[in-house]
Amino acid sequence: MAFDKMELRDIEVWDGNFAAAQALRQCQIDVVAAYPITPSTPIVEGYAKFLADGYVEGEFVMVESEHAAMSGCIGASAAGGRVATATSSQGLALMSETLYQASGMRLPIILNLVNRALASPLNVNGDHSDMYMVRDSGWIQFDAYNPQEAYDLNFIAFKVAEDHDIRLPAIVNQDGFMTSHTAQGVKTLSDDVAYGFVGEFKPMNDMLDLDHPVTHGVQTEEDWHFEHKARQHRDLMTKVIPKIEAVFDEFEKLSGRKYNIVEKYDMDDADVAVVCLGTSVETAREVAKEMRENGIKAGVVGIRVLRPFPFMQIAEALKDVKAIAALDRSSPNGAAGMLFNEIAGALYNTGSKALLSGYVYGLGGRDLTKTHLRDLYKELQANADAGKVTTQLQQFIGVRGPKLAFL
Amino acid sequence: MSEMKKIKNLKEFSTSADRFEGANLLCPGCAHSIIVREILNATNDDLILSASTGCLEVCTAVYPYTSWDASWIHIGFENGSTAVAGAEAMHKALKRKGRLKQPDREPKFVSFAGDGASYDIGFQWISGCMERGHNIMHVVLDNEVYANTGGQRSSSTPIGSSATTSPAGRISYGEKKNKKDMLSIMAAHQVPYVAQVAPNKWKDMVKKIQHGLAVDGPVFINAMSACTTEWKFDPKDTMSISDLATDSLVFPLYEIIDGHELNITYRPKNIVPVEEYLAAQGRFKHLFKDEYKYLIKEWQERIDAQWAYLQRREEARV
Ligand SMILES: Cc1ncc(C[n+]2csc(CCOP(=O)(O)OP(=O)(O)O)c2C)c(N)n1
Ligand code: SF4
Repeated sequence: MAFDKMELRDIEVWDGNFAAAQALRQCQIDVVAAYPITPSTPIVEGYAKFLADGYVEGEFVMVESEHAAMSGCIGASAAGGRVATATSSQGLALMSETLYQASGMRLPIILNLVNRALASPLNVNGDHSDMYMVRDSGWIQFDAYNPQEAYDLNFIAFKVAEDHDIRLPAIVNQDGFMTSHTAQGVKTLSDDVAYGFVGEFKPMNDMLDLDHPVTHGVQTEEDWHFEHKARQHRDLMTKVIPKIEAVFDEFEKLSGRKYNIVEKYDMDDADVAVVCLGTSVETAREVAKEMRENGIKAGVVGIRVLRPFPFMQIAEALKDVKAIAALDRSSPNGAAGMLFNEIAGALYNTGSKALLSGYVYGLGGRDLTKTHLRDLYKELQANADAGKVTTQLQQFIGVRGPKLAFL
Repeated sequence: MSEMKKIKNLKEFSTSADRFEGANLLCPGCAHSIIVREILNATNDDLILSASTGCLEVCTAVYPYTSWDASWIHIGFENGSTAVAGAEAMHKALKRKGRLKQPDREPKFVSFAGDGASYDIGFQWISGCMERGHNIMHVVLDNEVYANTGGQRSSSTPIGSSATTSPAGRISYGEKKNKKDMLSIMAAHQVPYVAQVAPNKWKDMVKKIQHGLAVDGPVFINAMSACTTEWKFDPKDTMSISDLATDSLVFPLYEIIDGHELNITYRPKNIVPVEEYLAAQGRFKHLFKDEYKYLIKEWQERIDAQWAYLQRREEARV
């Protein structure tokens, strides 16, 4: 490594964006092609500054749009090196065509997605509509609940994505502003240890191997398209979860920090459980602890890996629960929430009798407060006691005006 | 800079292709394949190529086959230029880090795209690549129409041409707007080299390609690509139609160096009337009705004015 090392304290006070930028520096990305958008901008600004100060040796291509950012990343990745970018919301929407192209070409690009609402109305704050929008794009999706995790999950994401058996791109999600702009103590890895963990990039079918030309991004019609997609799906469904688990274990050995595909909190004897993503997992844990002091056996299931969706692990985590709330931070726009549907799918074949209800919360950065969650747990307990959903299947939390409930 | 390939004669030139196979699905008589062969044959450099969605792409990389014996990538309709720019950036990064597999070889980066992919949807991406100064060459296969999707107009489609989204009809003579002047727009990016080429003037093309590959920085090449299907002529006539285009000065051959120094590189000995060029193609057939003959006159005036303008610029060195 011909770049300058950076001395870090064991614990640094970083926000989620800077934590991600530091992780990219330590992974020594070869090419970053990026376009700014709030709230993800500081990630690539941080990376550019590291480059300007001689702490990384890659190429930074400041392109003219997010679509070009991912296009450049695809070309760079196909050329055979480590590639990353960052975006949010409208940027992701503009980029979305290329996400399918990247995954279909099996290119291990890492995208730090700082979650933000999608317009209209225009809103720069956090919700999960962007993360949900690209859920079927063939990318692995990790979810960080705080700056520490935004840091750690980048290393994990590179190691999973770049594995020659996987070769799929991955997104590391973090909540806009709530994680991206909130500084917390982050336990660091030294440059050597971090780089040692992700390892040197090992190219495969790279365009720059001039003696072995390759054709990337072919045309298939009905004769082969299905096989390509089926194989990609098969790898996502069968190979990725075990690989992630193995990398989580390795990372625990290195750092002492344990990650799980599904993060269970107080689930061993829980009667009622909340399933959610992002920063709300931490709030829900606090409230669950409180509820237990008041006699409600509350638990929390945090989704750590949204894609591939961990059906088995979810079903296992929820097998003995009586009432479940699926919390979706995205407007369902004419359906039940995504988590609601996927959890229902996970439970359907397990014989679970759990009562499932869906809650939509936090759109456009609206807070999910402890009071909201206290009420929600009480409602779940009421459902559990009554043996049926006592309210409606889908409710909105904290929206002004008359209470919104459907289905 | 690598040695420029020496080319003795057309026979030797045309058979020196080993990186783009004749086995492809392009229409018989399609100039795309001729241009690509000429470009790849013009150099011995290692090449990293891209194609944007369009006839060239869908006809040359149909899984499990490929017509390409040089690394090649296709992403989408608009972003072939940026794909190659990304690969070029990776090459730079890996070179600096000492991780290239063949560090002593300097590949060249070339993206191919149709006029639709370049003049319209991919315009922003190309402009970005030019402005950022990537060491790439973008080649437009300019057949003045969206051929792959069945002949819709592009902003390169010339006035009076009948395209499927600007068809000639009972009350319309077809396309109403004149062709966008991409060369001027690209030259205005102050890039080291832009040029217009045609496959029938292969020596001129080879010179320009060799020059373009040798300069450091972005290069834009607009290649006239006669399309037998959409221009509606017999496949055997590709070269004669191309000759009519360059000899009528509908498609003048010139280059612009560093954004300002304009050189005309081909001056026909006998300038052919535009009418002959138009008459040879089905897409302009309706212009020969009495009510539209004035358009042919206007065509001629426009071509004459453009030729005069190019000559003035050449002389003035601006
Ligand atoms: C985003 C997007 N929009 C539209 C298309 C459909 N499409 C594919 S090729 C093409 C036209 C290609 O025309 P051109 O670039 O001129 O190349 P040619 O086929 O003429 O060589 C169109 C409209 C597409 N593939 N992607
Ligand atoms: S339609 Fe035109 S451009 Fe496309 S392959 Fe046929 S001749 Fe070539």
